[in-house]
Amino acid sequence: MNKKLYTINVYSENVAGVLNQVTTIFTRRQLNIETLSVSASSIQGIHKYTITVYTDAATIEKVTKQIEKRIDVMQAHYYTDDQIIFQEVALYKVPAVSLLGSNKVEKLVRKHNARILEVNQTYAVIELTGHPDDTQALYDELMPMGLWQFVRSGRIAITKSPVERLSNFLALIESRKGKNGAE
Amino acid sequence: MDKQLVTGSEALIRSLLKEGVDTIFGYPGGAIMPVYDCLYDHKHELNHVLVRHEQGAAHAAQGYARVSGKVGVCIVTSGPGATNTITGIGDAMLDSTPMVVIAGQVGAALLGTDAFQEIDLVSLTQPITKWSYQIRHADDIPWAVARAFYIARSGRPGPVVLDFAKNAQLAKVEYEPQTINFIRSYQPYLDIDEEAVCAAAQLINFAKKPLALVGQGVELGDAQKELLEFLEKADIPAGKTLLGLSALPTAHPLNKGMLGMHGNLGPNVKTNECDVLIAIGMRFDDRVTGDLHTYAKQAKVIHFDIDPAEINKNVKTTVAVVGNCKETLAAVTAHLKENKHTEWIESFKESEETEYNSVIQGELNPVEGPITMGEVVNRISVATNHEAVLVTDVGQNQMMAARYFQFTKNRSIVTSGGLGTMGFGLPASIGASFGAPDRTICLFCGDGGIQMNIQELGTIMESGATVKIILLNNSYLGMVRQWQELFFHERYSSTPMKNPDYMKIASAYGIKSRAVHLREELGEAIQEMLNAEGSFLLEVGVIEKGMVYPMTPAGATVTNMLLGY
Repeated sequence: MNKKLYTINVYSENVAGVLNQVTTIFTRRQLNIETLSVSASSIQGIHKYTITVYTDAATIEKVTKQIEKRIDVMQAHYYTDDQIIFQEVALYKVPAVSLLGSNKVEKLVRKHNARILEVNQTYAVIELTGHPDDTQALYDELMPMGLWQFVRSGRIAITKSPVERLSNFLALIESRKGKNGAE
Repeated sequence: MDKQLVTGSEALIRSLLKEGVDTIFGYPGGAIMPVYDCLYDHKHELNHVLVRHEQGAAHAAQGYARVSGKVGVCIVTSGPGATNTITGIGDAMLDSTPMVVIAGQVGAALLGTDAFQEIDLVSLTQPITKWSYQIRHADDIPWAVARAFYIARSGRPGPVVLDFAKNAQLAKVEYEPQTINFIRSYQPYLDIDEEAVCAAAQLINFAKKPLALVGQGVELGDAQKELLEFLEKADIPAGKTLLGLSALPTAHPLNKGMLGMHGNLGPNVKTNECDVLIAIGMRFDDRVTGDLHTYAKQAKVIHFDIDPAEINKNVKTTVAVVGNCKETLAAVTAHLKENKHTEWIESFKESEETEYNSVIQGELNPVEGPITMGEVVNRISVATNHEAVLVTDVGQNQMMAARYFQFTKNRSIVTSGGLGTMGFGLPASIGASFGAPDRTICLFCGDGGIQMNIQELGTIMESGATVKIILLNNSYLGMVRQWQELFFHERYSSTPMKNPDYMKIASAYGIKSRAVHLREELGEAIQEMLNAEGSFLLEVGVIEKGMVYPMTPAGATVTNMLLGY
């Protein structure tokens, strides 16, 4: 089996319990979700999930179809990294002394194109947006200077395709709604 | 539309009536009492069948749905009442049976407090339903019920759960009927892909050795006529899955028998010889395919299915024709040329003769020794003119019934195919008797399976359901014993079974009965059973160590069938 990292985009109705239904499909096949990010999309009432998972091509196809099969899921698509633009956000909390005592932290912030979100007498919070390698690199360099807290978000992704598949889908189902009557 | 102020329970009943429900299987309890109170006022239009265990309610609803083509409905209380239906819900999911389970739930204010008989039913059932929803407000009821029935019966059918909070049952609501035939996130019927239709027809037109695999999807799509036109126009032999057995009459010349582990030799062997394999409304279950690495590797595969998630799930498809097979089969047939595959079809005869001589002759016509399961099945099929509905439990009785019962009518087999639920048969046969009241319902079960839900004899007693129960008693859990004999060095661990006196049990429930151990008495006993008014329990003492052959051992290739004997 040729495993690689796949990114799945899921569009669902904004109703309780859909996330549970989606994650259960991974659990059933013993697939460990690497990252998961869920939020409202730009379309009212529709939530968007970005999920990454290591698996093979045959499995990701089956899993995606099974996700799409859930009643409240509108669409699900999977991508490889070369088909998408993606980012993650990382936050780092360092003691104030390591920022004020020397310019090492400041240099790291500049080097990694990070930014300082807050500084007070106790700590400073730094933010970096990038790929996991980027956020990990800053983590590795900050660690020796004292890193109190670290958190990294799940991936969010946007496709390189000029076609917005959900928009096409919504247009199609709107036309069907006209034929069948409204819910 | 007039709006009337009614209780949530009344709104539920009215919504059920609007969906055409006439029969409900259920069991009352604390959290569903307001609904039962309403049912009391609707006795004249809603037949409530009081079962003896909620698992029985779910299986009865399945049996009702399978023979009638309608949605089966059961109503139970919260907590243990609800969890007792879970086996039936899982069974309905795997066998694509349309069913709506309405379960009481504690009041919304108590949710999440571990209240008496509270269970998180929605979370429990989400993975084994098409849709599972909690009704917390009475206003929700017409919408939720309409949505539940639309989802259960449309596309690939399946079970839906409505978890009905008690406060919503009691609250007043302005009832306004609702109809739902559109959900924007749910596409039950995809548009037919004309390119796929043409590609499938092209493959079939040039096939030298085509083989069709017919599944339950044909009956669920009401596509028996379209199937016959398809098969006859292109002259394609067909094997059938367990659930698809009555989709094509047994006596049809193109019917080549049952697929799978205990199916017929011909369609299994030919699966690995055909050049085009045409799967119609079937899902390549592992009991059909055996080892996937050796399954039909030489063939181009065409898969007709309503569920896109089934395409390429188990077997890689050359052409997928997604949609309701009533429409897709007709569309492909229009592009087919009239054809004859005489030599190919004749080639099945060798396997048929081998199987007859090795297995069937001995099973159906034994000259001495104990009665065999196969001869009982065959004689009852003949005695009912092959027109009865076959209901089975799970195990050797199921496989023997599937192999030797013959079918002339649609929707004539009710069995637990996917989940393999022992205890399914008795309650499912009760449901079937309400779903097809004009037909003879023959239940074949073993001594193990009948005891798993034997309390449902009480449901027969109370409801007057007419079921001809044929108990094939071999004093073993027969199928497990068969595997122990073949693969566990005859170490019969916990499979010999000491049985009760079934005649006394039947008598206690007021059900006529007879026990037979001699071949000479079998014919007369069958006639007595069929002539009797109402239900009848016919216990047949069959060969203790009977074997179901042919058999493809689990994970073996479909061509390596053991012929035994």
